[in-house]
Amino acid sequence: MSYLARRLLTFPLILLGVSLLVFFSIRLIPGDAITAMLGTEAGLLTPAQRQALAAYFGIDQPVVVQYGRWLTGLLRGDLGVSVTYGRPVLDVILERFPLTLELALLSMLIALAVGVPAGVLAATRKEKASDVGIRVLAMLGQSTPNFVVGLLIIYILSVYFGFIPAMGAFTSLWVDPFANLGQLIFPAITLGFAFAASVTRISRSAMLDVLSDDYIRTARSKGAPGRSVIWHHALPNALIPVVTLSGVEFGYLLGGAVIVEQIFALPGLGRLTLDAIAQRDYALVQGSVLFIAFNFLIVNLLVDLAYAALDPRIRLGAR
Amino acid sequence: MSRLLSVRDLRVGFGRRPEAAPVVKGVSFDLEAGETLAIVGESGSGKSVTALSVNRLVDFGGGRIVAGDMAFTRADGSVLDLRQARGRDLNRIRGREISMIFQEPMTSLNPVHTIGAQIEEAFRLSRGLRGAAAHKAALEALERVRIPDAETRLRYYPHQLSGGMRQRVMIAMALAGNPRLLIADEPTTALDVTVQAQIMALLAELKAQLGMAMIFITHDIGLVAGVADKVLVMQDGVAVEQGALDQVLDAPQHAYTQHLLRAVPHFSGGRAVRDDAPQAGARHAIVAVRDLSVRFPFGRSVFGRSAGAIHAVEGVGFDIVRGETLAIVGESGSGKSTTARAMLGLVDVHRGRIETSDAESRRPVQMVFQDPFASLNPRMTVDSILAEPAIAAGRKQDAELRERMLFLLGKVGLAEDALLRYPHQFSGGQRQRLCIARALMLNPDVVVLDEAVSALDVSVQAKVLDLLVDLQEEFGLAYLFISHDMAVVERIAHRVAVMYAGEIVEIGSARNVLGQPQHSYTKRLIAAVPGIELRRQHYALDSSAVPSLVRERGYEPPEARWRDLGNDHRVRLEDE
Repeated sequence: MSYLARRLLTFPLILLGVSLLVFFSIRLIPGDAITAMLGTEAGLLTPAQRQALAAYFGIDQPVVVQYGRWLTGLLRGDLGVSVTYGRPVLDVILERFPLTLELALLSMLIALAVGVPAGVLAATRKEKASDVGIRVLAMLGQSTPNFVVGLLIIYILSVYFGFIPAMGAFTSLWVDPFANLGQLIFPAITLGFAFAASVTRISRSAMLDVLSDDYIRTARSKGAPGRSVIWHHALPNALIPVVTLSGVEFGYLLGGAVIVEQIFALPGLGRLTLDAIAQRDYALVQGSVLFIAFNFLIVNLLVDLAYAALDPRIRLGAR
Repeated sequence: MSRLLSVRDLRVGFGRRPEAAPVVKGVSFDLEAGETLAIVGESGSGKSVTALSVNRLVDFGGGRIVAGDMAFTRADGSVLDLRQARGRDLNRIRGREISMIFQEPMTSLNPVHTIGAQIEEAFRLSRGLRGAAAHKAALEALERVRIPDAETRLRYYPHQLSGGMRQRVMIAMALAGNPRLLIADEPTTALDVTVQAQIMALLAELKAQLGMAMIFITHDIGLVAGVADKVLVMQDGVAVEQGALDQVLDAPQHAYTQHLLRAVPHFSGGRAVRDDAPQAGARHAIVAVRDLSVRFPFGRSVFGRSAGAIHAVEGVGFDIVRGETLAIVGESGSGKSTTARAMLGLVDVHRGRIETSDAESRRPVQMVFQDPFASLNPRMTVDSILAEPAIAAGRKQDAELRERMLFLLGKVGLAEDALLRYPHQFSGGQRQRLCIARALMLNPDVVVLDEAVSALDVSVQAKVLDLLVDLQEEFGLAYLFISHDMAVVERIAHRVAVMYAGEIVEIGSARNVLGQPQHSYTKRLIAAVPGIELRRQHYALDSSAVPSLVRERGYEPPEARWRDLGNDHRVRLEDE
């Protein structure tokens, strides 16, 4: 418990660092919110009007003052108001987040469900045809850009099955689970394809390592049948690197998958952040980056807890 | 007696073309029920591969039996050729009729399952026991191998047990199915000598109880004398000699057996110590260690206070004079390696002094490590490996340095062309010579040798020991020789310090300490040393455990009281 508490104590420090970095770096990009918002019409503003708008958005103050003000707002749970949406940043983010979370979870599920068995199979049939086949597929999966996979899926679905994935407005899982799944399954497969390929490769190599360990020989000397050796003795020991990889990929997906969101016209966190940068929507960029960083911290914590659950040496402390 | 196993012309190879380069080249032997066969040989002789072929585990290591047959008489009297047996039959034989224990207890148990679960699995596989019945059987099995507090220990994970304990768990597991044959592949090599004696005693006792046969694989011919009925000596995949125990040990026919018997270090209770000790009158210490304590704090809170510390080394003191070898003997966890590391400043010293004031070299202490395979950087050529200490000391890589390298290579018996080669191109013994040359590059006064010959085969070991003695005489080196092997210590030490639980319990001239041990631990240690004179020894079961070194914060040990026996021999008084 004290470990968990200590970890949680570091969160504010890390988030403070992230906020500093994003707050100042976004202001290094030339251009400002008013010009971005009004486009060419910005030129029609009188200096007084521009001044008033700047004051309204709070961007007329020195940067340090702006940061201080933003930080005090942050402590009250107020991430500021988005210039683009005219609504509180947190509301905008939380509106987009369920889709991103669901998409990430679904992709990871697909990746683990496909990747781990494939990796185990390849490891137990090292250098045989099935191993070579799986390795070629995995290589393909890792090296194919996901927009190619996404476009291929859309193409195959529409040309051969006359089916066009639902796009546009996002249907929540709680409102209509089937419509929701219909909307997310293809983007999830697209993302899961490369993810599964990485999981396959890492499970294969981890299994190969473990299968040559002494305790596997012990299990065999006890007369344990092959399946028990693989699933009961070897796999639990091979999962640590799989968890590491999955954690990193999952955290990454929680930041949004810009390209896939774009292809499938999904309103996720990735596009939100990208648009916010283009719009110089400072408050929204800061808010979403901070949110993404927070998610990463949570995921890392979960990964560490998963290590402890998997390996008693970590759980109980090995000397 | 009835025939249990009959192996004829066994040939085993590895890789894509196993016939081309077999590792085992036609080995034959017979084993009667209840009999113990010892297979002896040095590393690479094919002894482990032979054993792994019997239960066909060799298949999983990439090996293939290319010729021969192995007739195994099953419990029901039918005879099965193990070479032709199918996977399912083999799974029925493994664990039920043929069990195995391995060399490395530290890695042979699955780290993610409790030992209870692993023993219960053995009972389920061999006898179909499940649930409460399996639990009860596992508990009895642990008690049978003398693990105290067995009920609690069943819930432990392997990493929570010591090496000796883990090997007992392995034995409990192997015996779950009451096998008729137990294959023991160097089961005590990784263990301390007193733990080795305990395991040997346990094996002997259980073997007598169960009437099982045993194939005992070892590199230590001294250990064979205590257990075997028959001996098979292997060299380069061939059985060069086999026969009854006494016949092989007392009248060896083959030159290799004779060589092995000569090379094995005999421990003779201090009668064979070196007599070239530096003059006792001129005891002017080149290195003086006083009241050395090393502690490893643990459980640090947020405020940096530790809950306690492991007192790895406590109040250790000794002197070494020029040209002298002080050996520190003790078991793993006794603090001998930590003492060695403290000498080089590799660990933080809690208290005490290490003085080398009269040293001539600017870097007076150098070290040679145990594992010659791990202590040379595989990406560096020998000349950069040898140059490194000099460069670290601020010298340039010039002709003079090269001269020194060639000089030392010659001294350790390696050719000049070694300079441009990489470590993997050398054998274990040659690598250890390189490590010695590296340690001598800066012309040290003291060389710390931490188990420097333990990883070597006996015949190589003997040569490296001779080299060390020669170098000591030529350069007047002082050695701090850390070892767990009493026979090796007897050969090289002038003085011996015995460490136990972080403290020196006895120190003095090698002749006195090894010949007339006074402390109860020293006596136990010496009694546990196997030897070829000790035929069919009855090892007494002794399961005394080493006291814990974990101390609470602020703990200070009581002051040590010593008894001086005169004639350079001091022993620590024991608590009643």
